[in-house]
Amino acid sequence: MKEFVSNSMFFGVTLSLAAYAVGILAKRRLKLFIFNPLLVAIALTITALLVSGIEYDAYNSSAKYLSYLLTPATICLAIPLYEQYKLLKKNFTAIIVGIASGVLTSLTTIFLMALLFKLGHYEYITLLPKSITTAIGIGLSQELEGYVSITVASIMITGLFGNIAGDIICKVCGIKHPVARGIAIGTSAHVMGTAKALQMGQIEGAMSSLSIAVAGCMTVAGAILYSTFI
Amino acid sequence: MKYLSQFGIILAISFVGEVLNRIIPLPIPASIYGMVLLFVGLLSGVVKLSSVKDTGKFLIEIMPLLFIPATVGLIESWALMQDFLVAIIVISLVSTVVVAAAAGRITQFIINRKTKK
Repeated sequence: MKEFVSNSMFFGVTLSLAAYAVGILAKRRLKLFIFNPLLVAIALTITALLVSGIEYDAYNSSAKYLSYLLTPATICLAIPLYEQYKLLKKNFTAIIVGIASGVLTSLTTIFLMALLFKLGHYEYITLLPKSITTAIGIGLSQELEGYVSITVASIMITGLFGNIAGDIICKVCGIKHPVARGIAIGTSAHVMGTAKALQMGQIEGAMSSLSIAVAGCMTVAGAILYSTFI
Repeated sequence: MKYLSQFGIILAISFVGEVLNRIIPLPIPASIYGMVLLFVGLLSGVVKLSSVKDTGKFLIEIMPLLFIPATVGLIESWALMQDFLVAIIVISLVSTVVVAAAAGRITQFIINRKTKK
């Protein structure tokens, strides 16, 4: 059985889809924020792999086709952004200043907390790209010579948290304007947060999509300067 | 056919993004180049909204699902992370909240000030 599954071309995708379906069901039935479909799906998939002893590589040999669609899907974020173009033009200054202050806050917070945890240079720079989208984060981490797989982990933890709690954070912080809510989520939790922002509303989704690209590029520039601090 | 031709356009843009990523020596991924290309294409009218919309919306809708394999992959880097796991988690969570608060509040503040005038 295990050997058959390891060679299957469909097992990984099927397992991921099934786990995600359970996640959506759980959210509908139990209206608790912790039953986030993505979180439930990841927890179920990891549990299934650990219990059955199936290797990650065997799972990923077919699940990688889901990852394959991530680039085309991210490109399509230009569609909601285009649909909200008028709003973008009208609030251009607010949006750019908002994202820039978010990026600056991100780098500064990581710097201060790295001091608090007494992290070394390599651990510190590894975490600098944590709020930006994985693909830019990987490139930046390599550029700075950080531990790339840990950068990816911190990006995932950040994104997952943004996906689970994005709307709650906005509520608690008194962020009510839909443009501001989108900027907040996209700047802090990249593409995974944007998936949540899209569910909150079209404006939120469009602004969050924009923030991914802008915050990503600003972080690259800022992190190179910040990397010299520790 | 509709979905197929739309998917074709999106894949073609992905490919151009990939080419740009190779040629330009910056850590900017194909997806970001592609997003800018599609946005400019839509604005200039080179790409019609109706010729990417349905497949585009579908891909956006299933996006959370697409993150599952990579995130499950965290179990592979578990051993590496153990040494400073607490720091990674605390820094990730705290900075996410602080960044969202800063970016959101400042954007909101500027929008509200402008509307009052």
